[in-house]
Amino acid sequence: MKQIYLDYNATTPVRPEVLEAMLPFYKEQFGNPSSVHWAGRAVAGAIEKAREQVAALLNASPAEIVFVSCGSEGDNMAIKGTLEALKGKGNHIITTAVEHPAVLETCQYLEKNGYDVTYLPVDCDGRLNLEDLEAAITDQTVLISVMWANNETGNIYRIEEIGAIAKKHNIRFHTDAVQAVGKLPIDVQKANVDLLVLSGHKIGAPKGVGAIYVRRGSRMVPLLHGGHQERNRRAGTQNVAGIVGLGVACEIAAAEREEVYQRMRTLRDKLEDGLLAQIPEIKLNGTPDRDHRLPNTLNVSFAYIEGESLLMNMDMHGIAASSGSACSSGSLEPSHVMGAMCVEITLAHSSTRFSLGPETTEEEIDTVLEVLPAAVQRLRDMSPLYNCGKSSSEACLICETVRRI
Amino acid sequence: MYTDKVMDHFTNPRNVGSIDDANGVGEVGNASCGDIMKIYLKVEDNIIKDVKFKTFGCGAAIATSSMVTEMAIGKTIEEALELSNQAVAEALDGLPAKKMHCSNLAADALHEAIKNYKEANG
Repeated sequence: MKQIYLDYNATTPVRPEVLEAMLPFYKEQFGNPSSVHWAGRAVAGAIEKAREQVAALLNASPAEIVFVSCGSEGDNMAIKGTLEALKGKGNHIITTAVEHPAVLETCQYLEKNGYDVTYLPVDCDGRLNLEDLEAAITDQTVLISVMWANNETGNIYRIEEIGAIAKKHNIRFHTDAVQAVGKLPIDVQKANVDLLVLSGHKIGAPKGVGAIYVRRGSRMVPLLHGGHQERNRRAGTQNVAGIVGLGVACEIAAAEREEVYQRMRTLRDKLEDGLLAQIPEIKLNGTPDRDHRLPNTLNVSFAYIEGESLLMNMDMHGIAASSGSACSSGSLEPSHVMGAMCVEITLAHSSTRFSLGPETTEEEIDTVLEVLPAAVQRLRDMSPLYNCGKSSSEACLICETVRRI
Repeated sequence: MYTDKVMDHFTNPRNVGSIDDANGVGEVGNASCGDIMKIYLKVEDNIIKDVKFKTFGCGAAIATSSMVTEMAIGKTIEEALELSNQAVAEALDGLPAKKMHCSNLAADALHEAIKNYKEANG
Protein backbone atom coordinates (compact mmCIF):
# COMPACT_ATOMS: atom_id res chain seq x y z
CA MET A 1 0.00 0.00 0.00
CA LYS A 2 1.25 3.45 -0.93
CA GLN A 3 1.87 5.76 2.00
CA ILE A 4 0.47 9.25 1.70
CA TYR A 5 1.77 11.76 4.21
CA LEU A 6 -0.48 14.79 4.70
CA ASP A 7 0.66 15.88 8.14
CA TYR A 8 3.43 18.34 7.28
CA ASN A 9 2.24 20.79 9.93
CA ALA A 10 3.14 18.13 12.50
CA THR A 11 6.56 17.44 11.07
CA THR A 12 8.38 17.11 7.76
CA PRO A 13 10.89 14.61 6.44
CA VAL A 14 14.50 15.83 6.47
CA ARG A 15 15.48 17.04 3.01
CA PRO A 16 18.26 14.93 1.44
CA GLU A 17 20.43 18.06 0.88
CA VAL A 18 19.97 18.95 4.54
CA LEU A 19 21.00 15.51 5.76
CA GLU A 20 23.97 15.51 3.41
CA ALA A 21 25.19 18.82 4.81
CA MET A 22 24.76 17.57 8.38
CA LEU A 23 26.61 14.26 8.17
CA PRO A 24 30.21 15.58 8.38
CA PHE A 25 29.33 17.15 11.73
CA TYR A 26 28.65 13.73 13.18
CA LYS A 27 31.96 12.42 11.87
CA GLU A 28 35.19 14.30 11.13
CA GLN A 29 33.86 17.73 12.15
CA PHE A 30 33.04 16.68 15.68
CA GLY A 31 34.59 19.62 17.54
CA ASN A 32 33.00 21.76 20.19
CA PRO A 33 32.36 25.15 18.58
CA SER A 34 33.52 26.88 21.76
CA SER A 35 37.01 25.34 21.56
CA VAL A 36 39.90 27.47 20.32
CA HIS A 37 41.76 24.64 18.57
CA TRP A 38 41.40 23.43 14.99
CA ALA A 39 38.57 21.04 15.82
CA GLY A 40 36.47 23.80 17.31
CA ARG A 41 37.30 26.49 14.77
CA ALA A 42 36.00 24.54 11.78
CA VAL A 43 32.72 23.89 13.51
CA ALA A 44 32.24 27.46 14.75
CA GLY A 45 32.45 28.66 11.17
CA ALA A 46 29.68 26.29 10.16
CA ILE A 47 27.40 27.66 12.87
CA GLU A 48 28.01 31.22 11.75
CA LYS A 49 27.23 30.26 8.17
CA ALA A 50 23.92 28.74 9.30
CA ARG A 51 23.18 31.90 11.26
CA GLU A 52 23.58 33.91 8.06
CA GLN A 53 21.30 31.53 6.17
CA VAL A 54 18.55 31.80 8.79
CA ALA A 55 18.91 35.58 9.01
CA ALA A 56 18.67 35.94 5.23
CA LEU A 57 15.32 34.14 5.14
CA LEU A 58 13.88 36.57 7.70
CA ASN A 59 15.61 39.76 6.50
CA ALA A 60 17.41 39.95 9.83
CA SER A 61 21.06 40.32 10.65
CA PRO A 62 22.96 37.19 11.77
CA ALA A 63 23.69 38.62 15.22
CA GLU A 64 19.96 38.71 15.86
CA ILE A 65 19.57 34.92 15.47
CA VAL A 66 19.82 32.63 18.51
CA PHE A 67 19.74 28.88 18.00
CA VAL A 68 17.52 26.88 20.34
CA SER A 69 16.36 23.29 20.58
CA CYS A 70 12.79 23.66 19.28
CA GLY A 71 9.93 26.04 18.72
CA SER A 72 8.56 25.52 22.22
CA GLU A 73 11.86 26.54 23.76
CA GLY A 74 11.92 29.62 21.54
CA ASP A 75 8.43 30.66 22.60
CA ASN A 76 9.19 30.08 26.28
CA MET A 77 12.40 32.05 25.99
CA ALA A 78 10.82 34.93 24.08
CA ILE A 79 7.95 35.36 26.51
CA LYS A 80 9.53 34.59 29.88
CA GLY A 81 12.84 36.20 28.97
CA THR A 82 11.20 39.43 27.81
CA LEU A 83 8.93 39.75 30.82
CA GLU A 84 11.76 39.18 33.21
CA ALA A 85 13.92 41.73 31.42
CA LEU A 86 11.06 44.25 31.54
CA LYS A 87 10.19 43.60 35.18
CA GLY A 88 8.99 46.81 36.77
CA LYS A 89 7.77 48.25 33.48
CA GLY A 90 4.51 46.37 33.41
CA ASN A 91 2.90 42.99 33.98
CA HIS A 92 0.37 42.64 31.18
CA ILE A 93 0.59 40.34 28.15
CA ILE A 94 -1.80 40.27 25.21
CA THR A 95 -2.10 37.05 23.25
CA THR A 96 -4.84 35.12 21.46
CA ALA A 97 -7.05 32.17 22.35
CA VAL A 98 -5.74 30.16 19.39
CA GLU A 99 -2.00 30.15 20.09
CA HIS A 100 0.06 26.98 20.18
CA PRO A 101 0.29 25.46 23.69
CA ALA A 102 3.93 26.60 23.82
CA VAL A 103 2.61 30.17 24.05
CA LEU A 104 -0.72 29.55 25.79
CA GLU A 105 0.64 27.43 28.60
CA THR A 106 3.61 29.73 29.08
CA CYS A 107 1.14 32.58 29.53
CA GLN A 108 -0.96 30.51 31.91
CA TYR A 109 2.16 29.76 33.94
CA LEU A 110 2.95 33.48 34.10
CA GLU A 111 -0.62 34.23 35.19
CA LYS A 112 -0.06 32.00 38.21
CA ASN A 113 3.02 34.04 38.95
CA GLY A 114 1.35 37.42 39.10
CA TYR A 115 1.10 38.50 35.46
CA ASP A 116 -2.13 39.56 33.77
CA VAL A 117 -2.89 37.99 30.43
CA THR A 118 -5.53 38.98 27.87
CA TYR A 119 -6.50 36.12 25.57
CA LEU A 120 -8.07 37.78 22.56
CA PRO A 121 -11.07 35.92 21.16
CA VAL A 122 -11.43 35.05 17.48
CA ASP A 123 -14.54 34.94 15.33
CA CYS A 124 -16.16 31.74 14.05
CA ASP A 125 -13.68 31.64 11.15
CA GLY A 126 -10.76 32.06 13.55
CA ARG A 127 -10.05 35.68 12.64
CA LEU A 128 -8.75 38.25 15.06
CA ASN A 129 -10.25 41.73 15.41
CA LEU A 130 -7.36 44.18 15.63
CA GLU A 131 -9.59 46.79 17.27
CA ASP A 132 -9.98 44.33 20.14
CA LEU A 133 -6.23 44.06 20.28
CA GLU A 134 -5.63 47.77 20.44
CA ALA A 135 -8.42 48.20 22.98
CA ALA A 136 -6.80 45.60 25.24
CA ILE A 137 -3.59 47.61 25.57
CA THR A 138 -3.06 49.21 28.97
CA ASP A 139 -0.18 51.16 30.46
CA GLN A 140 0.92 47.85 31.96
CA THR A 141 1.16 46.01 28.63
CA VAL A 142 4.72 44.96 27.88
CA LEU A 143 4.30 42.14 25.38
CA ILE A 144 2.00 41.19 22.52
CA SER A 145 2.27 37.61 21.29
CA VAL A 146 0.34 36.61 18.17
CA MET A 147 1.19 33.66 15.96
CA TRP A 148 1.98 34.35 12.30
CA ALA A 149 -0.16 31.44 11.15
CA ASN A 150 -2.27 28.91 13.01
CA ASN A 151 -1.11 25.30 13.00
CA GLU A 152 -4.62 23.80 12.96
CA THR A 153 -6.57 26.01 10.57
CA GLY A 154 -3.73 27.61 8.64
CA ASN A 155 -5.23 31.06 9.26
CA ILE A 156 -2.69 33.81 8.68
CA TYR A 157 -2.78 36.72 11.10
CA ARG A 158 -2.19 40.34 10.11
CA ILE A 159 1.30 40.48 11.52
CA GLU A 160 2.35 43.69 9.80
CA GLU A 161 -0.64 45.56 11.17
CA ILE A 162 -0.13 44.09 14.64
CA GLY A 163 3.54 45.04 14.44
CA ALA A 164 2.55 48.61 13.63
CA ILE A 165 0.18 48.72 16.60
CA ALA A 166 2.86 47.34 18.91
CA LYS A 167 5.38 49.86 17.64
CA LYS A 168 2.94 52.74 18.04
CA HIS A 169 2.42 51.83 21.69
CA ASN A 170 6.06 50.92 22.25
CA ILE A 171 5.21 47.34 23.21
CA ARG A 172 7.44 44.34 22.50
CA PHE A 173 5.96 42.07 19.80
CA HIS A 174 6.58 38.31 19.66
CA THR A 175 5.30 36.01 16.95
CA ASP A 176 5.34 32.22 16.84
CA ALA A 177 6.12 31.80 13.14
CA VAL A 178 6.72 28.05 13.29
CA GLN A 179 4.04 27.31 10.67
CA ALA A 180 4.64 30.41 8.55
CA VAL A 181 8.36 30.15 7.92
CA GLY A 182 9.09 28.42 4.65
CA LYS A 183 5.51 28.84 3.45
CA LEU A 184 5.08 32.63 3.50
CA PRO A 185 7.39 35.58 2.87
CA ILE A 186 8.80 36.67 6.23
CA ASP A 187 10.35 40.09 6.71
CA VAL A 188 10.92 41.03 10.33
CA GLN A 189 11.71 44.64 9.40
CA LYS A 190 8.54 45.17 7.41
CA ALA A 191 6.45 43.43 10.06
CA ASN A 192 7.99 45.29 13.00
CA VAL A 193 8.47 42.04 14.83
CA ASP A 194 10.81 42.07 17.84
CA LEU A 195 10.88 38.35 18.52
CA LEU A 196 10.15 35.57 16.05
CA VAL A 197 10.36 31.83 16.61
CA LEU A 198 10.88 29.12 14.00
CA SER A 199 11.38 25.38 14.16
CA GLY A 200 13.66 23.23 12.03
CA HIS A 201 11.56 20.11 11.67
CA LYS A 202 8.66 21.98 10.09
CA ILE A 203 10.84 23.02 7.14
CA GLY A 204 12.85 19.95 6.23
CA ALA A 205 15.52 20.19 8.93
CA PRO A 206 15.66 17.63 11.73
CA LYS A 207 13.86 17.67 15.06
CA GLY A 208 15.78 19.20 17.94
CA VAL A 209 16.71 22.54 16.43
CA GLY A 210 15.01 25.89 16.10
CA ALA A 211 15.85 29.55 16.16
CA ILE A 212 14.65 32.77 17.61
CA TYR A 213 15.07 36.16 16.05
CA VAL A 214 15.72 38.80 18.70
CA ARG A 215 15.68 42.36 17.40
CA ARG A 216 18.85 44.21 18.26
CA GLY A 217 18.35 46.10 21.50
CA SER A 218 15.54 43.86 22.76
CA ARG A 219 16.70 42.87 26.19
CA MET A 220 15.96 39.33 27.22
CA VAL A 221 16.89 37.25 30.24
CA PRO A 222 18.13 33.80 29.15
CA LEU A 223 16.12 30.71 29.93
CA LEU A 224 19.22 28.54 30.26
CA HIS A 225 22.24 29.63 32.25
CA GLY A 226 25.66 28.04 32.28
CA GLY A 227 27.66 29.12 29.27
CA HIS A 228 28.55 31.98 27.00
CA GLN A 229 27.16 30.35 23.85
CA GLU A 230 24.94 32.29 21.49
CA ARG A 231 26.34 35.57 22.85
CA ASN A 232 25.24 34.71 26.37
CA ARG A 233 21.65 34.38 25.26
CA ARG A 234 21.36 30.59 25.38
CA ALA A 235 23.75 28.42 27.35
CA GLY A 236 24.59 24.89 26.23
CA THR A 237 26.85 23.37 23.62
CA GLN A 238 25.21 23.94 20.27
CA ASN A 239 23.52 21.16 18.31
CA VAL A 240 26.03 21.71 15.51
CA ALA A 241 24.68 19.24 12.95
CA GLY A 242 21.10 20.34 13.59
CA ILE A 243 22.04 24.00 13.24
CA VAL A 244 23.88 23.32 9.97
CA GLY A 245 20.77 21.45 8.76
CA LEU A 246 18.51 24.34 9.76
CA GLY A 247 20.71 26.75 7.83
CA VAL A 248 20.52 24.67 4.66
CA ALA A 249 16.76 24.21 5.06
CA CYS A 250 16.34 28.00 5.33
CA GLU A 251 18.45 28.53 2.24
CA ILE A 252 16.32 26.04 0.30
CA ALA A 253 13.15 27.67 1.61
CA ALA A 254 14.33 31.09 0.44
CA ALA A 255 15.07 29.75 -3.03
CA GLU A 256 11.97 27.59 -3.50
CA ARG A 257 9.28 29.23 -1.41
CA GLU A 258 7.34 30.97 -4.17
CA GLU A 259 7.29 27.96 -6.43
CA VAL A 260 6.38 25.62 -3.56
CA TYR A 261 3.61 27.98 -2.43
CA GLN A 262 1.95 27.77 -5.84
CA ARG A 263 2.31 24.02 -6.08
CA MET A 264 0.93 23.31 -2.61
CA ARG A 265 -1.80 25.89 -3.03
CA THR A 266 -3.03 24.32 -6.28
CA LEU A 267 -3.16 20.85 -4.73
CA ARG A 268 -4.72 22.07 -1.46
CA ASP A 269 -7.40 23.94 -3.40
CA LYS A 270 -8.12 20.81 -5.39
CA LEU A 271 -8.47 18.80 -2.19
CA GLU A 272 -10.64 21.46 -0.60
CA ASP A 273 -12.94 21.86 -3.60
CA GLY A 274 -13.17 18.11 -4.06
CA LEU A 275 -14.06 17.30 -0.46
CA LEU A 276 -16.55 20.14 -0.13
CA ALA A 277 -18.25 19.06 -3.36
CA GLN A 278 -18.30 15.32 -2.70
CA ILE A 279 -19.14 15.02 0.97
CA PRO A 280 -22.39 16.41 2.32
CA GLU A 281 -22.53 18.07 5.74
CA ILE A 282 -18.89 19.02 5.86
CA LYS A 283 -17.64 22.21 7.51
CA LEU A 284 -14.52 24.18 6.66
CA ASN A 285 -12.67 25.29 9.80
CA GLY A 286 -10.76 28.51 9.26
CA THR A 287 -11.19 31.48 7.04
CA PRO A 288 -12.84 30.78 3.68
CA ASP A 289 -10.50 33.42 2.18
CA ARG A 290 -7.75 31.18 0.89
CA ASP A 291 -5.29 34.06 0.51
CA HIS A 292 -5.40 34.38 4.29
CA ARG A 293 -4.77 30.74 4.94
CA LEU A 294 -1.49 28.83 4.63
CA PRO A 295 -1.25 27.36 1.13
CA ASN A 296 -0.84 23.83 2.47
CA THR A 297 -3.50 23.56 5.18
CA LEU A 298 -7.07 22.34 5.06
CA ASN A 299 -9.12 21.74 8.20
CA VAL A 300 -12.61 20.28 7.89
CA SER A 301 -15.18 18.65 10.13
CA PHE A 302 -17.50 15.89 9.02
CA ALA A 303 -20.81 15.92 10.85
CA TYR A 304 -21.75 12.84 12.97
CA ILE A 305 -18.31 11.23 13.12
CA GLU A 306 -15.33 11.48 15.41
CA GLY A 307 -11.87 12.48 14.23
CA GLU A 308 -9.66 9.75 15.60
CA SER A 309 -11.79 6.99 14.10
CA LEU A 310 -11.58 8.79 10.75
CA LEU A 311 -7.79 9.03 11.08
CA MET A 312 -7.66 5.29 11.74
CA ASN A 313 -9.88 4.67 8.77
CA MET A 314 -7.63 6.79 6.55
CA ASP A 315 -4.59 5.07 8.02
CA MET A 316 -6.02 1.76 6.76
CA HIS A 317 -5.57 3.30 3.30
CA GLY A 318 -2.08 4.60 4.06
CA ILE A 319 -3.19 8.22 4.49
CA ALA A 320 -1.67 10.15 7.40
CA ALA A 321 -3.49 13.28 8.60
CA SER A 322 -4.31 14.69 12.03
CA SER A 323 -7.32 15.57 14.13
CA GLY A 324 -8.42 18.01 16.79
CA SER A 325 -10.47 15.36 18.58
CA ALA A 326 -9.88 14.79 22.28
CA CYS A 327 -8.70 11.27 21.56
CA SER A 328 -5.94 12.35 19.24
CA SER A 329 -4.83 15.24 21.38
CA GLY A 330 -4.53 12.97 24.40
CA SER A 331 -6.84 15.06 26.55
CA LEU A 332 -10.55 14.94 27.32
CA GLU A 333 -11.25 18.19 25.52
CA PRO A 334 -11.20 18.68 21.79
CA SER A 335 -8.87 21.29 20.29
CA HIS A 336 -8.83 24.68 22.03
CA VAL A 337 -8.61 26.28 18.60
CA MET A 338 -11.96 24.77 17.57
CA GLY A 339 -13.36 25.80 20.95
CA ALA A 340 -12.23 29.40 20.45
CA MET A 341 -13.92 29.41 17.04
CA CYS A 342 -17.23 28.29 18.60
CA VAL A 343 -17.19 25.11 16.56
CA GLU A 344 -20.02 22.91 17.86
CA ILE A 345 -18.61 20.21 20.12
CA THR A 346 -19.17 17.11 17.98
CA LEU A 347 -17.80 18.97 14.97
CA ALA A 348 -14.75 19.94 17.03
CA HIS A 349 -14.21 16.26 17.84
CA SER A 350 -14.44 15.59 14.12
CA SER A 351 -12.04 18.28 12.94
CA THR A 352 -9.49 16.80 10.56
CA ARG A 353 -6.40 18.55 9.29
CA PHE A 354 -4.71 17.81 6.01
CA SER A 355 -1.38 19.58 5.66
CA LEU A 356 0.53 19.22 2.42
CA GLY A 357 4.23 19.56 1.77
CA PRO A 358 6.59 20.26 -1.10
CA GLU A 359 6.70 16.53 -1.81
CA THR A 360 2.92 16.09 -2.09
CA THR A 361 1.75 14.92 -5.51
CA GLU A 362 -1.48 15.29 -7.42
CA GLU A 363 -1.83 11.53 -7.49
CA GLU A 364 -1.85 11.49 -3.70
CA ILE A 365 -4.57 14.13 -3.55
CA ASP A 366 -6.60 12.12 -6.06
CA THR A 367 -6.30 9.05 -3.85
CA VAL A 368 -7.56 10.99 -0.83
CA LEU A 369 -10.50 12.29 -2.83
CA GLU A 370 -11.26 8.72 -3.84
CA VAL A 371 -10.96 7.18 -0.38
CA LEU A 372 -12.45 9.78 1.90
CA PRO A 373 -16.14 9.91 0.89
CA ALA A 374 -16.50 6.16 1.53
CA ALA A 375 -14.51 6.34 4.78
CA VAL A 376 -16.73 9.12 6.08
CA GLN A 377 -19.86 7.26 5.03
CA ARG A 378 -18.68 4.07 6.69
CA LEU A 379 -18.35 5.85 10.02
CA ARG A 380 -21.58 7.76 9.56
CA ASP A 381 -23.41 4.48 9.06
CA MET A 382 -22.06 3.42 12.44
CA SER A 383 -22.91 6.67 14.18
CA PRO A 384 -25.98 7.07 16.40
CA LEU A 385 -26.02 10.76 15.44
CA TYR A 386 -26.42 10.10 11.73
CA ASN A 387 -29.99 10.06 10.46
CA CYS A 388 -30.95 10.36 14.07
CA GLY A 389 -34.63 10.93 14.59
CA LYS A 390 -35.45 10.17 10.98
CA SER A 391 -36.59 6.69 11.89
CA SER A 392 -39.78 6.88 13.95
CA SER A 393 -38.89 3.93 16.16
CA GLU A 394 -35.97 5.80 17.64
CA ALA A 395 -36.49 8.13 20.49
CA CYS A 396 -33.45 10.30 20.38
CA LEU A 397 -32.30 12.87 22.84
CA ILE A 398 -28.78 13.31 21.65
CA CYS A 399 -29.66 14.63 18.25
CA GLU A 400 -31.41 17.54 19.89
CA THR A 401 -28.09 18.62 21.30
CA VAL A 402 -26.30 18.28 18.01
CA ARG A 403 -26.65 21.29 15.83
CA ARG A 404 -26.73 20.54 12.14
CA ILE A 405 -24.24 22.32 9.89
CA MET B 1 -0.94 1.81 20.25
CA TYR B 2 -3.92 -0.48 19.64
CA THR B 3 -3.80 -4.28 19.85
CA ASP B 4 -4.49 -6.45 16.82
CA LYS B 5 -7.87 -7.38 18.29
CA VAL B 6 -8.85 -3.72 18.65
CA MET B 7 -7.81 -3.09 15.06
CA ASP B 8 -9.75 -6.15 13.93
CA HIS B 9 -12.94 -4.99 15.66
CA PHE B 10 -12.44 -1.46 14.37
CA THR B 11 -11.81 -2.64 10.82
CA ASN B 12 -14.57 -5.26 10.80
CA PRO B 13 -17.00 -4.26 13.50
CA ARG B 14 -19.55 -6.92 14.42
CA ASN B 15 -23.26 -6.22 14.77
CA VAL B 16 -23.34 -2.62 13.58
CA GLY B 17 -26.76 -1.10 13.14
CA SER B 18 -30.08 -0.94 14.93
CA ILE B 19 -32.90 -3.40 15.62
CA ASP B 20 -36.31 -2.21 14.48
CA ASP B 21 -38.26 -4.22 17.06
CA ALA B 22 -35.71 -3.92 19.84
CA ASN B 23 -37.12 -4.43 23.32
CA GLY B 24 -34.24 -2.73 25.08
CA VAL B 25 -32.22 0.32 24.06
CA GLY B 26 -29.40 1.90 26.04
CA GLU B 27 -27.28 4.93 25.46
CA VAL B 28 -24.23 6.25 27.31
CA GLY B 29 -21.60 8.91 26.83
CA ASN B 30 -21.99 12.46 25.70
CA ALA B 31 -20.97 14.72 22.89
CA SER B 32 -18.54 16.79 24.89
CA CYS B 33 -16.26 13.87 25.70
CA GLY B 34 -16.51 12.64 22.14
CA ASP B 35 -18.01 9.20 22.74
CA ILE B 36 -21.65 8.19 22.41
CA MET B 37 -22.69 4.52 22.37
CA LYS B 38 -26.12 3.16 21.70
CA ILE B 39 -27.00 -0.52 22.14
CA TYR B 40 -30.14 -2.24 20.85
CA LEU B 41 -31.31 -5.55 22.33
CA LYS B 42 -33.70 -8.25 21.30
CA VAL B 43 -34.43 -10.32 24.39
CA GLU B 44 -36.49 -13.51 24.26
CA ASP B 45 -37.11 -15.83 27.21
CA ASN B 46 -34.58 -13.91 29.28
CA ILE B 47 -31.89 -14.58 26.69
CA ILE B 48 -30.22 -11.95 24.50
CA LYS B 49 -31.01 -13.17 21.00
CA ASP B 50 -29.65 -10.21 19.12
CA VAL B 51 -27.57 -7.10 19.86
CA LYS B 52 -26.67 -4.21 17.60
CA PHE B 53 -24.73 -1.04 18.24
CA LYS B 54 -24.15 2.43 16.91
CA THR B 55 -21.22 4.44 18.13
CA PHE B 56 -19.87 7.94 17.70
CA GLY B 57 -16.33 7.87 18.95
CA CYS B 58 -12.73 6.94 18.54
CA GLY B 59 -11.30 3.60 17.48
CA ALA B 60 -11.43 2.23 21.01
CA ALA B 61 -15.07 3.22 21.38
CA ILE B 62 -16.02 1.42 18.17
CA ALA B 63 -13.95 -1.68 19.01
CA THR B 64 -15.35 -2.02 22.54
CA SER B 65 -18.90 -1.61 21.22
CA SER B 66 -18.31 -4.33 18.67
CA MET B 67 -16.75 -6.62 21.28
CA VAL B 68 -19.53 -6.21 23.82
CA THR B 69 -22.14 -7.21 21.26
CA GLU B 70 -20.20 -10.40 20.54
CA MET B 71 -19.85 -11.15 24.22
CA ALA B 72 -23.52 -10.49 25.02
CA ILE B 73 -25.24 -12.54 22.35
CA GLY B 74 -26.66 -15.78 23.76
CA LYS B 75 -26.21 -14.73 27.37
CA THR B 76 -29.03 -14.50 29.90
CA ILE B 77 -29.89 -11.09 31.23
CA GLU B 78 -28.19 -11.97 34.52
CA GLU B 79 -25.02 -13.13 32.78
CA ALA B 80 -24.93 -10.01 30.61
CA LEU B 81 -25.21 -7.82 33.68
CA GLU B 82 -22.03 -9.46 34.97
CA LEU B 83 -20.06 -8.20 31.94
CA SER B 84 -17.85 -5.29 32.93
CA ASN B 85 -16.02 -2.62 30.95
CA GLN B 86 -12.83 -4.20 32.27
CA ALA B 87 -13.81 -7.58 30.83
CA VAL B 88 -14.51 -6.01 27.44
CA ALA B 89 -11.11 -4.32 27.45
CA GLU B 90 -9.44 -7.59 28.44
CA ALA B 91 -11.22 -9.47 25.64
CA LEU B 92 -9.58 -6.96 23.26
CA ASP B 93 -6.17 -7.74 24.82
CA GLY B 94 -6.22 -4.38 26.54
CA LEU B 95 -6.66 -0.72 25.66
CA PRO B 96 -4.20 2.17 25.93
CA ALA B 97 -4.30 3.62 29.45
CA LYS B 98 -5.77 6.95 28.38
CA LYS B 99 -8.67 5.18 26.69
CA MET B 100 -9.68 3.15 29.73
CA HIS B 101 -11.73 5.90 31.36
CA CYS B 102 -13.21 7.71 28.36
CA SER B 103 -13.84 5.24 25.58
CA ASN B 104 -14.45 2.08 27.54
CA LEU B 105 -18.20 2.41 28.12
CA ALA B 106 -19.61 -0.44 26.06
CA ALA B 107 -20.65 -2.61 29.01
CA ASP B 108 -22.34 0.43 30.55
CA ALA B 109 -24.33 0.88 27.35
CA LEU B 110 -25.32 -2.81 27.44
CA HIS B 111 -26.44 -2.48 31.07
CA GLU B 112 -28.48 0.60 30.19
CA ALA B 113 -30.19 -1.35 27.43
CA ILE B 114 -30.98 -4.20 29.86
CA LYS B 115 -32.33 -1.71 32.37
CA ASN B 116 -34.54 -0.27 29.64
CA TYR B 117 -35.74 -3.78 28.77
CA LYS B 118 -36.54 -4.58 32.39
CA GLU B 119 -38.47 -1.33 32.86
CA ALA B 120 -40.54 -2.00 29.76
CA ASN B 121 -41.06 -5.70 30.41
CA GLY B 122 -41.30 -5.78 34.16
